[in-house]
Amino acid sequence: MSSKHAIFSRRSVLQSGLAGGLVLAFPWPLRAAPVNEPEQPPDHPDGQFAPNAFIRIDNSGKTTLVMPQAEMGQGVYTAIAMILAEELDADFAQVMIEHGPPSDKLYGNPLFGVQVTGNSNSIRAFWDKLRNAGAAARTMLIAAAAAQWQVDAASCTAANGKVTHASSNRSLTYGEVADAAAKLPVPEKPKLKDPRDFTLIGKPLKRSDTPNKSDGKTIYGIDAMVPDMKFATLVQCPVLGGKVKHADDSAAKNLPGVRQVVVLDDLVAVVGDHMWAAWQGLNALKVTWDEGQNAKINSADIWNELRAASQKDGVVAKSEGDVNKGLAQGESFDAAYELPFLAHATMEPMNCTVRLSPDGCEIWTGSQVQSRAQQYAAKAAGLPIDKVKVYNHYIGGGFGRRLEADMVASAVRIAKEVSAPIKVVWTREEDMQHDVYRPAYRDTISASLSNGKIVGWKYKVTGSSVLARWFPVAFKNGLDGDAVDSAVDMPYDIPNKRVEYVRAETPAVTTGFWRGVGPNNNVFAIESFMDELARKANMDPVAFRLGMLDGTPRLKAALKLVAEKSGWGSPLPPRVGRGVSVQPSFGSFIATVVEAEVDDMGEVHLRRVTCAVDTGIAVNPDTIMAQLQGGLIFGLTAALWGEVTIEKGRVQQSNFNNYRMLRIDETPPIDVHVIKSGEHPGGIGETGATAGPPALRNAIYAATGVPLRRLPIDRSAIASKKA
Amino acid sequence: MTFSISINGTKHDVDVADDTPLLWVLRDVLGMTGTKYGCGIAQCGACTVHVDGNPLRSCLLPVGTIGSRAVTTIEGIGATEAGAKVQKAWLDREVIQCGYCQSGQIMSAAALLAANPHPDDADIDAAMAGNICRCGTYVRIREAIKSAAGEA
Ligand code: FES
Ligand code: FES
Repeated sequence: MSSKHAIFSRRSVLQSGLAGGLVLAFPWPLRAAPVNEPEQPPDHPDGQFAPNAFIRIDNSGKTTLVMPQAEMGQGVYTAIAMILAEELDADFAQVMIEHGPPSDKLYGNPLFGVQVTGNSNSIRAFWDKLRNAGAAARTMLIAAAAAQWQVDAASCTAANGKVTHASSNRSLTYGEVADAAAKLPVPEKPKLKDPRDFTLIGKPLKRSDTPNKSDGKTIYGIDAMVPDMKFATLVQCPVLGGKVKHADDSAAKNLPGVRQVVVLDDLVAVVGDHMWAAWQGLNALKVTWDEGQNAKINSADIWNELRAASQKDGVVAKSEGDVNKGLAQGESFDAAYELPFLAHATMEPMNCTVRLSPDGCEIWTGSQVQSRAQQYAAKAAGLPIDKVKVYNHYIGGGFGRRLEADMVASAVRIAKEVSAPIKVVWTREEDMQHDVYRPAYRDTISASLSNGKIVGWKYKVTGSSVLARWFPVAFKNGLDGDAVDSAVDMPYDIPNKRVEYVRAETPAVTTGFWRGVGPNNNVFAIESFMDELARKANMDPVAFRLGMLDGTPRLKAALKLVAEKSGWGSPLPPRVGRGVSVQPSFGSFIATVVEAEVDDMGEVHLRRVTCAVDTGIAVNPDTIMAQLQGGLIFGLTAALWGEVTIEKGRVQQSNFNNYRMLRIDETPPIDVHVIKSGEHPGGIGETGATAGPPALRNAIYAATGVPLRRLPIDRSAIASKKA
Repeated sequence: MTFSISINGTKHDVDVADDTPLLWVLRDVLGMTGTKYGCGIAQCGACTVHVDGNPLRSCLLPVGTIGSRAVTTIEGIGATEAGAKVQKAWLDREVIQCGYCQSGQIMSAAALLAANPHPDDADIDAAMAGNICRCGTYVRIREAIKSAAGEA
């Protein structure tokens, strides 16, 4: 990389081969960042220098970087390639990217032990591992060249895919020494670069995946094409958990383009020549359902159960000082906050393409859990794991939905009944009505104030446990560590505090991870209550927080910066307010101010959002800004409109007409200020989603004086005129 | 029924029912997968194509109604002046995240700029409000349109 800002140009044209996910790339060397449609892993990468699972260099010097994490828009392929190429001293313009195959052993996330892209931790978790991988490879390549020249390795340097011995003016490309390097031992603790010598990390480089996304060339899972494939779509019982009783397919079967109807115990799928034919077939089906035990359940029942459960004592997640003594001091206050079920609504609906043969199964999809997708497919197909190939793809939105592999299992079960390869695509309606939903939560808080400071704090989360279902080994002693994340480590200096957790599984509704996970809930409740307490203490919300942040200086600095940049304290028109929220979440320290207006009818208009973040070493600062801008919009969308409701066991929302998204005309300017830092990189992908809702809620509080305690925002509560 | 449609300047013959939306003809029959399915009810804009230069939602556009009108998709929009400008601005400003909505965003923006070379914020709102981006790239979309229009 010669310039700070890589220039855009196209490096390779892409042709997606149809068989085996084969992709042929024709390099067109004009581009200063690696732009290629990622390849699928080859069956036998022979004749390569492959010192670890992340790097392969062949004799021509072609350098392939294998991505252990999934790219779903967060820019992680570019960031991972930057880290690997940085330590490897590769020619960044020439590296090729490969989608990682399923393997917990090779690509397991160091924080989970299994292959997962989630919890905003790709960079946090893989930072050391990737740097070591790159540095080990570089050390071996240098050693191989030095041996060939019979000079001291310490007198050689590496840059741009070449080893150079400056004093004798000789150099060898990585390709030329690849064979020799492959015979050397892999150093366990290679010397890492001094961060001052970084040439890629820290630069706002252009992403490798965006050019092909700008002209329709990128292949998402939903775009996979396999020779002779058919297209399928499916319907499940409208009542969650219901089963098929009978399916009358006589009308459907006679429609043009419909090839087959597959009836399984929990779904009916129609196979056709294209999605439209299959969909028409679906509409013509007459299915009677066994609605099961959930057919009587309504949202009101679920909330009643949750509220009752929240009266119980919980499992203690954290205890410091003496909470009862603390609460007895000064004046004490209580509040309860509630957050609804939410759907993920990824732009790319659920899909999975399957090709079965007597002794194998191939899967084309976009997954945040490649190894789990492989396991689910193997189980559904009745094949051993090693007979299942998973070709992962760029993901058109994950947000936690693709941490599940249910769509893979369903697609394989359907494929078993069909003689051709099939692409199964969920309609938006099926996608939204059979999601795994963000849990509904109720948070109860008691706190006491003395001299403008909190002296006692009792906080209890009540909700279903995603972890207990999704990763049971991590659910210990009745405690879901994710559900109390950002509550057990709340940033304020409070001498007496206790955090409790009550697991309350909600009937009918299966819950899953949703962008922002546990912190989403806890930061909302904590930061909302902080504003209420500031008002009780007669203090400015920023000053109130600053007084208790000495133990978290990075957050304190972010808060000061955001106050300055947002014009905190400057006068505003009537019914316009600024709200602040702070969070130390996912290893990053973020302070946010939302400015919003509440009109007389109670409609909320976003005017401006300002955010300051200390995320440690910012691998790619431009991506960090983009993630915060997008994450804030994601969170604000939920705060303004997001709610999945249940009526007679059925999800009431079905598409974007009744599950609203923020649109461009409703989007305010969003300024993100990245604080320079040398600390270990923090997570960023989910932080904006967590930051937006409490800051907006507090802006509404400032504008109207109404302390909302529930999301989404209740317009009738904040209207000054009644409709 | 067999239809002959012109897509990005090339004639394609397809044999489908006349009520088949263009979206599925493009994606599943012709294998042109750049145009995306997001909602199927004209709510999200992911499926936007141009028909004689007008941005339309292909998920609700029966193939039988197209006739001899020229269809342009994301795969062909770079050949138009406005399309090329928009694509370049999108990359210069690094708008794209997951990218799934972006074919539609770029098609809507290209139609806007072709009809109105200097849109103001209200014009941008009107032209782009039909396109949802779940990743929340709107701030940069607005900046990129302005830069493509030569105003930034
Ligand atoms: S798929 Fe056509 S507008 Fe959403
Ligand atoms: S970039 Fe992901 S939906 Fe727009």
